[in-house]
Formats: sequence, C-alpha cells, structure tokens
Amino acid sequence: MQEPLPITAQTTRAGFLRRYLFTTDHKIIGLQYFFLSLAAVLIGTVLSLLMRIHLVWPRAAIPFLGQIKPENYLAFLTMHGTLMVFFVLSTVPQNGFGNYFLPLQLGVSEMAFPRLNMLGFWITLIAFLVLVAAFFVPGGASLAGWTQYAPLSAIPASGPGQGLGTDLWLTSIGLFSIASVLSAINFITTTIKLRTTGMHWMRMPLTCWTWFVAAVLSLLAFSILLGAVLLLLLDRNAGTSFFVPGGLLMSGRPVEHSGGSPLLWQHLFWFFGHPEVYIAVLPGMGVTSHLLSVFSRKPVFGYRAMVAATIAIGSLGFMVWGHHMFVSGMNPYAGFAFSVLTTAIAVPSAIKTFNWLGTLWGGSIRFTTPLLFSVGFVSLFITGGLTGPILAQPALDMYLHDTYFVVAHFHLIMAMAGLFAVFAATHFWFPKMFGRMMNERLGKFHFWITFLGAYAIFLPMHLLGLAGHPRRYAELTGVQYVLALAPLQRLITIAAIVTISAQLLFLVNFFWSMFKGPAASPNPWDCTSLEWTLASPPASDGFGRRQPVVNHAPYEYSVPGRETDFRMQDAS
Amino acid sequence: MAWKSQIKTEKTLLAFAFVLIAVLGIHLFTLQRWWFPAPAALRAAAIDHQFMTALWFLGGLFVASHILFGVAIFRARTNRPAACVRGNWRFEITWTLLIAALFFWFNISGGRVWSQINSHQPLIDPIQVEITGAQFQWYFRYPGNDSTWGRTDAQRFAKANEGNPLGIDPDDPAGRDDIVSTSLVLPVNRDADLILRAQDVIHSVFIPAMRFKQDAVPGMEIHARLRPLQTGTFEIACSQLCGLGHYRMRAAVKVVSEEEFKQWLKKQSAR
Repeated sequence: MQEPLPITAQTTRAGFLRRYLFTTDHKIIGLQYFFLSLAAVLIGTVLSLLMRIHLVWPRAAIPFLGQIKPENYLAFLTMHGTLMVFFVLSTVPQNGFGNYFLPLQLGVSEMAFPRLNMLGFWITLIAFLVLVAAFFVPGGASLAGWTQYAPLSAIPASGPGQGLGTDLWLTSIGLFSIASVLSAINFITTTIKLRTTGMHWMRMPLTCWTWFVAAVLSLLAFSILLGAVLLLLLDRNAGTSFFVPGGLLMSGRPVEHSGGSPLLWQHLFWFFGHPEVYIAVLPGMGVTSHLLSVFSRKPVFGYRAMVAATIAIGSLGFMVWGHHMFVSGMNPYAGFAFSVLTTAIAVPSAIKTFNWLGTLWGGSIRFTTPLLFSVGFVSLFITGGLTGPILAQPALDMYLHDTYFVVAHFHLIMAMAGLFAVFAATHFWFPKMFGRMMNERLGKFHFWITFLGAYAIFLPMHLLGLAGHPRRYAELTGVQYVLALAPLQRLITIAAIVTISAQLLFLVNFFWSMFKGPAASPNPWDCTSLEWTLASPPASDGFGRRQPVVNHAPYEYSVPGRETDFRMQDAS
Repeated sequence: MAWKSQIKTEKTLLAFAFVLIAVLGIHLFTLQRWWFPAPAALRAAAIDHQFMTALWFLGGLFVASHILFGVAIFRARTNRPAACVRGNWRFEITWTLLIAALFFWFNISGGRVWSQINSHQPLIDPIQVEITGAQFQWYFRYPGNDSTWGRTDAQRFAKANEGNPLGIDPDDPAGRDDIVSTSLVLPVNRDADLILRAQDVIHSVFIPAMRFKQDAVPGMEIHARLRPLQTGTFEIACSQLCGLGHYRMRAAVKVVSEEEFKQWLKKQSAR
C-alpha cells in the first residue's frame, strides 16, 4: 500500500513555474532570496564603484551615464546603503541560507508556514522592484541616505529626489519590513515547534541558534521600522507632523507643519537600525563557528558559552540605539548610559572571538576556501569590532561621528565580515544546493585578493576620519582641509577598483561550477549536521517520510577511539 | 607527501597574513601622516589623550588577537588527529571577567571626559553666539550691547535678499543691535556660550581643530560651550547630510585677541 505524500511537499513532476517560481519549498525559496540578493549586490557594488570614481575623478565621463553630478552621487549613496543593508546583508544570510538550511539542520522537511514563506519572498521582490524604480522617476532616487533623517526626508522641497523617489523608498522599506516580519515568524515557529526527535536546544548547530536569535530581532525591529516608515509617509502625504517641527523655512518658503520632533525619527529608526546590524551579522557568526569546527576537525570550543553570547548580543542589541545619537542633541546623561551598554557588547563579542581561537587551536585544519573565508571573517570582525568601543565613547564619537572613521568601522564589521561569511557559506553549501563542487583554486585566488583588498580599502579610510573628513560629501572641493585629503581618497579608490574587479572571479566560479563543476557526494566535507545526510541536492520533499532521530551533539569531531573523525548527529 | 607540503605552504601563508595585518595596522596608526589637526580648544587635550589611551588599549588587543590567530593557524596539525577539546570553563570565565574589567575601566575613563565637556559649571563672562544652519549656509548671531536676543520668526520675516536671513522681528527693540555674521569670530582664551538652531533640516557644526561637533536640529535649541586656545582661522564643515549642497556648507572660525574682537564687534554694530 502506498502512503500519500505529505501535503506540504511537492512532487518533482510539478511544472517549472510551480517548482521554481510559485513554490512553497523552503529550499527553492532560499535560492530565490539568494539570487535576489545577488542582483542587489551587483547593483550596490556598481554604485559604490561609481561613487569612488566620482570622488577622485569628478569630471570623468562614465559610459552610458556621462558625468556624475552631486545629486547623482547622493542618490547612489542612498541606494547603495539601502540595497546592501536591506536586500543583501539582511536577506541572504538569514532568508537565503536560513530558509534553505534551518529546516534541514533541524531535521524537518518544511517550514512551519510554507505559504507565508512564499508570500514573504514575493513581497521582498516587489519591495526590491519599487526601490530600484526610484532611479527612473522625475527627480531620481532619494538623496537622504539610507537613514532618511527627518525633516530632510519629510519635506519634498528639501532637494531633488525628495519627491516621488523618497515615497518609493519608504514604500519599498515598508514592504520589506512586512516581509521580514512574516519570515521571522516562520523561522521562530519552525525552530520552537518543529525540531525533529532528539534535536534538543543544546544539540542545535550554532547556525540554527543565530538564525533563531536573528529572527527574534527581526520580528521586533522590523515592526518598529514599519511603524516609523508609515508615520513618515503620513507626514509627507497626509499633512501630519510626527517628525517636522513648526516654524521651518525651506528654500524661502514656509513649511506647513508644527509640533513634530526630528529626534523621534532617529529614536525609532535606530531602535530598528542597531538590532538590524545583528540581524545582518549574527548568522555570519553562526556560519563561522560552524565552519571553523568542521574544518579544524574539532568540536566548537565552549558551545554553551557561544549560545549564551549569541543571546546576550541579541538582547543588548536592543539597548544601545542611542549610540548613534551622541551629537544629535540628546541628553548627555542618556549618552553616558548608552555608552556603558554599548561597551558591554564587547564582552559577548570577546567570548565569541576567544572561542573561535579555541576552536582553531590544536586543530587538524583543512585549508579549504570556506575555511579561508571563515578565518577572514574572524580577522575582519576583530578589526572592525575594536573600533566600536572608540565610537561608543561619546567624547571620542563627538569628533568621529559622521566621518569616514565610522564608514570604515561599519564596512569592516558589517559589510566585509558579513560578506565573507556569505562567501564562506556559499562555498560550503554550494555542493548541497547545486550538487556540484566549486573550484577551489579560483576560490582561494578570489579570497586572497578580496581579503587583502578589504584591508587596503578600509584601513586607510580610518585615517580620513581621524583627519576629520565628513562622510556623505559628494565632492571634495567644498572644504579646504577635505580637499587636502584627496591623495588618500585616490589610494582607496584604486584599491576599490582592484577588489571589486576581483569579484568577477567569484561570479565566474559560481556560474561555471553550477553547470560544469565536478559532481558532489552527499557529504563532501565530512560534516555532522543533518543536511549532509541527504542527497546533493536534496529531493524536493527533503527527508521525505524518513524522520531523522538525533542522538548526538552537533560538533562531534575527532572523538578518540572512532573509525572516522566525525559522528553524524543521527548516527546510532 | 604532496598534500602535506601544500598544507604547510597554505598555513604559513595565512598565518603570515595575520601577522602582516597586525604590523600594517599598527604602522598606519603610528605613521601620523594623516591625523587630527593641531588642537586649538580647551577640550582638545582631554579628548586627544583619551583617544591615545583607546589606541594603545584596543591596538594592543588587535595585535595580540591577530598574532594568536596566526599562531593557531601555523600550529595546525598535519600528521595527527585534532585534539578533541570541547571547552574550558576556567579559561572562559577568566577571559570574560578580564575583558569585562578592562572595558569597564575604559568606559569610565571616557565617561569622565564626556562629563568634563558637558559640565554644568557656570561660565564666567562668556561670549554668546547663536549658530543657525540653513541649506547651505551658516549664520552666527551676537546679541549686541544689550546682551539680549531679538525675537525671530523665519516664516514671517526672513525674506530672500533682504539682509534678514534669520527673520529677526523688526518691531523688537532687542533685535535692533543684534549682529549677524557669516563667519564665527571668537576671542581667544574666553568661553563661548553657543546656541545651535536650524531653519530647515538637520545640520551639524563640526570644527575639527576644536574637537567640536554638535547637530543643529530644527525645532530645538541646543546649548554647547567652547573655549578656543589658539588664534587663527579654522574651518567649520557641515557633518550631517543636509541635501545637495552638504559638501560645500562650510564657514570660517576666526579666533582673535580680545582687543581685535572688540574692534570687530564695534565695526559690525556700525554697519
């Protein structure tokens, strides 16, 4: 007698549209998010290249675009930040890899709410299209930066791009917030309710822990952002005054608002914005912990401390938003409180770093491309992280706030470290996702250029900040001491051109390997977690009718007295 | 065996990269080729000292951690299995307490500087200046002989090209002797009591040489204090994105002797 298939699983006989576009299969949805992020990262990277070129060669004629004007620069800056923060860093580590591998690592074949998952992706896709559309409307894209500080963002007369371009920005981010909340509910429910038999909390791979904590942050933070964005839309289009005070004069014309507070926007935005940093980087920490263990053939050093540090970083992340506002006019006492809480994050971060060192120490390290990128993550995390306590001190931040020092800090710890974790994860899970191996030689070559390139771009950028170079300057000619820093800017641009060009190596490797790479075995890295018990790539119904039973902790490597140096979680 | 020599090359390379990053990082920050401008205000000494403390403390952690990771990578085992170590609570707790204590000390030392800057001690005979930011220009207002500000209403009185950009009420007698300048003139060695405002969007007064930065927020009146210690001309750069002309929203700070300052005030009143 044949048992019916579970209703959530789809048969492989489904048509192309059902299988790859309108699918409820969490694996395919994970890939959809992955490719959406790939599109976003390509646009975002080209924008950063154009900005770097404009800064040092402002009269250069760019093919198809001509000469870049200050308003173009600011529009690129806004779109670069928005694409990278929302559609890359909070999309691919969490919704891309998380969607694909959270259920598989927990031993389940589907997310708790498959249709909600599909809806989340489609809303994110629409949000992406709405955002990019802003380039093509009259006035162009918003020039107020990804932080959209009011009243610059609240009054259409404040500049080009502040009309329809800003409304589209707000609509896009509102939609993105809705999608993130839907996705977060799914991640949280799946983790709490669906773990397979024997998958106790303390047997979950650290990747699952970070996806879970990031989902909780996402749920709380994006609902606040959604509210804030709606209020700003009302201010712009319905005559309310949440963020605009009275008595303003914009380009010689009185502004018809009264009673609002520009600081309210900053509080709401950063109440989202700081946890957002951890939504972006926590999954990367999980991947790094996971991969360092796999490739040094050792258990994660201090698993429980790692879990505690993950939860501590997530909780503290909600109490530190004011460190973005030390010079905003906020009460100095509040500044001191935020400073103490922010510095406290150094403690769980130091625990993580210490445990990564402990994991590598005495390991039999396999120097694969994913290992290289994980180690690169650790280095960038340390370097970018250690400037954090400087910026957490209001007395020092007063000088460094809104300078290139801050730009260097968050690009190292969030953008570069985050991206290195994504590269590590891509090389690591590629065989599972596409059934083929990526090219190691090309991967390592790509790693070395990107690793040294990231430092060549962002280490000197700290010095621009120390010399007092404010960020978000469309040209260097307006202020004398800024113009004097042009040689350093030129150096950074050259490093950026080389590093960005080297990303083509990754693209070539990725697409070539997808079709031509050598076939992958089910478990090419000798890894213990449950996704490696499946075929590469897994069948669309995941574990099918076989529900795995977990008997072991996630990182049982090199246990003495065993035949192999790893023990699968579901081994008897 | 070939694969073993390959691992040796790779681990040496990676370990070397870690040490190289530590050395280059330190080199870059000791070069001081691109650095803070020479200090020109009272608060600068404490801030610069705190920054150097931070640099030594955090720079030490940066170098130590990169070297330790370099060593861990270099010591990777090639001909025997990895050590199956699951953790060490004693190490973990010692490290956590050590880091917590160090960062607590670091934070308190910085907090002291912050409280100095925001001191509530009354100022003795300060120069009062109101700084107003508007797209993309700074205005500096002095209250004149009566030490009283005239009422302003930008929406009613600030007309373009009529020489009243701040919208000082023409009917308010206190406003008649107010001086409005496009550069900030201050006497050396005397406290300035600043009020920051903005007419349209958020701007930020950044005077790098004075280690001074404060946002000017529409609808708010933000007080700050500053005491210049060097005569000369310094630049103000706007450091909060305020629109298209943000990059060229600059102004000069002219620090002069007490005598020159009095003459300047007199000349401005006569106009």
